[in-house]
Amino acid sequence: MSIFVDENTKVVYQGLTGSQGRFYGLRNRDYGTNVVAGTNPKKAGEDVDGIPIFANVGEAAAATGANAACIFIPAPGVKDAIMDAAIGGVEFIVCITEGVPAQDEAWFYNELKRNFPNVRLLGPNCPGIISPGKCNIGITAGEIAKPGGPVGIVSRSGTLTYQALYELKLQDIGVTTCVGIGGDPVPGTSFIDCLEAFEADPDTKAVMMIGEIGGSAEEEAAEFIKNKMTKPVVSYVAGVTAPPGKKMGHAGAIVSGGKGTAAAKMEALEAAGVRVGKNPTEAGELMVEVVREHGWA
Amino acid sequence: MDLLEYQGKQFFATFGIPVSDGRPVTTVEDAVAAANAVGYPVVVKAQVHAGGRGKAGGVKLATNEEELREHAGNILGLDIKGHITRILWIENASDIAEEYYASFTLDRSAKKHLGMLSAEGGVEIEQVAVDNPDAIAKIWIDPVDGLTADVCREWVRAAKLNPDVTEDAVELLCKLYTAYVEGDADLAEINPLIVKTNGRVHALDAKVTLDNNAEYRHEWSEYEATQVRDAREEAAHAKGLQYVGLDGTVGVIANGAGLAMSTLDVVNQAGGKPANFLDIGGGANAEVMAGALQVINDDPNVKSIFINIFGGITRGEEVAKGIIGALEMVDISAPIVIRLDGTNAEEGRALLAPHLSDKLVSKPTMLEAAAAAVALAEKN
Repeated sequence: MSIFVDENTKVVYQGLTGSQGRFYGLRNRDYGTNVVAGTNPKKAGEDVDGIPIFANVGEAAAATGANAACIFIPAPGVKDAIMDAAIGGVEFIVCITEGVPAQDEAWFYNELKRNFPNVRLLGPNCPGIISPGKCNIGITAGEIAKPGGPVGIVSRSGTLTYQALYELKLQDIGVTTCVGIGGDPVPGTSFIDCLEAFEADPDTKAVMMIGEIGGSAEEEAAEFIKNKMTKPVVSYVAGVTAPPGKKMGHAGAIVSGGKGTAAAKMEALEAAGVRVGKNPTEAGELMVEVVREHGWA
Repeated sequence: MDLLEYQGKQFFATFGIPVSDGRPVTTVEDAVAAANAVGYPVVVKAQVHAGGRGKAGGVKLATNEEELREHAGNILGLDIKGHITRILWIENASDIAEEYYASFTLDRSAKKHLGMLSAEGGVEIEQVAVDNPDAIAKIWIDPVDGLTADVCREWVRAAKLNPDVTEDAVELLCKLYTAYVEGDADLAEINPLIVKTNGRVHALDAKVTLDNNAEYRHEWSEYEATQVRDAREEAAHAKGLQYVGLDGTVGVIANGAGLAMSTLDVVNQAGGKPANFLDIGGGANAEVMAGALQVINDDPNVKSIFINIFGGITRGEEVAKGIIGALEMVDISAPIVIRLDGTNAEEGRALLAPHLSDKLVSKPTMLEAAAAAVALAEKN
């Protein structure tokens, strides 16, 4: 099993006709993802390497049965693209685009919650989601992940996620699903959403959670793990040494007013029974230990 | 992007929020002309990106030209928490009857806008939050609904502002919310929000942080012009690199923000101090790598360089070619330690092998590479 996506997920790529959209859309198709359509209001009726282009997500979904959308539209068009996907009827929207204004994010997060409660948004500013061997939506290199289980991964950072996938693969440990929730201040899908889904997924036996400085998402996740999770969680939080008041690459990665430090997050996670590595390598080793202890791989 | 007070006031004024008449100046003579234009008494205020200006002597009242010359002369060049004062704001002094506090910001946890309003203004709001949390009235605003006048009126009542100014306060706060949302601010704060002796509500200070992601839909070049960046950050910014200057000796280059942050962590764990945060993004082509190396090389504090690349879609060979190409473009003085891992890492390392020397070291893991980079920094 996997969470949010599987071999039945059919994806429409908004921005498939652009250079990024085309590159990753075709890569995702090569991986085995059902890439069924693209959208571009000015190029409806054309195709990208055999993938039909529609004017909007609604038309694409009606013609192809698409049930997910992946957005490679530049930041100024993201708000409209997300609403186009929601109105078009897909249930899962992955937004890769970075640099989306926070006011737009706050608005569409709440608009979706209220008027499209069945729609899940992942991102913006995220690497996407991969259920190895089944479906890869976004920019993750599929070959660095081993299919199967028993580990589920959720992360705010792209490259650290790839590293986690890769280290587990080297140890011959598989992954059910790897979700990159992204580094922005208002992520559509939170750590808790993913932890809840992993807890319910029978094939996921343990979860690796990669956090970073800024906000309080890790602390909230710790509270959830303490009260609601039976499966072991291993974690790493990047940015222990980040100076306050400086955005470390991601819009959401900032320690402000003494809040959002890595130390506080690690402390909260440890208090919730999470094994916390002090660097990505150590977290990877802890995950391997957990899997071996239980004989899961 | 943090605005200076006077820019924040100009920003507020474009949304119809009442602010004092004033002029930004950079010389004593211009200060005199500004004071004549707005009328005495005036307040001379240092414009720096730092709090605590009053305590540092950066805010003074002048009732005549003689006082003005004295204060303006003293404050220009004044060092406030490491920020040298280059710009003064000369504004008409206000007769203050009451001082309040008002702000809007995003509550990341609630994923709603948070408005805070207090009748105890003019002091640090963090202190009020500790000493007397009940004195701060909070509202959470769903961005889809926005802030209506009725909701705002309830909020003003809850904050126990002077009932006589309720309608004036509601009008100003609704405008402040509009400025915060339509102006794409991460923070819009007025402290103090004053009631003047004539009974009108007025923004006496302005603290505004704008969301750089929204710059494409605004005209912010004037605000950009006064941003104080460290020279290294300026150079990196011009090359489109994500760079944050730090004060250590190990220069850091990594692909991806998370990995870059993590690289700082392992450098520290290995006993060293990073000189910077630098994310070159997902790929690692020669041009981007050369630009990054140039920025690091220009930092005189750098004693060693740690390049930490994890190949995903960009394969190891391409990363290695990028590094080799970059080294041909830039003459680097400090020794470099490379950790290359991920997709086709072995092929990449094989390409690097003939180029390795005392000045270019390859290590298979992040921790070993960090230890090597720290050792080299200490040796130099």
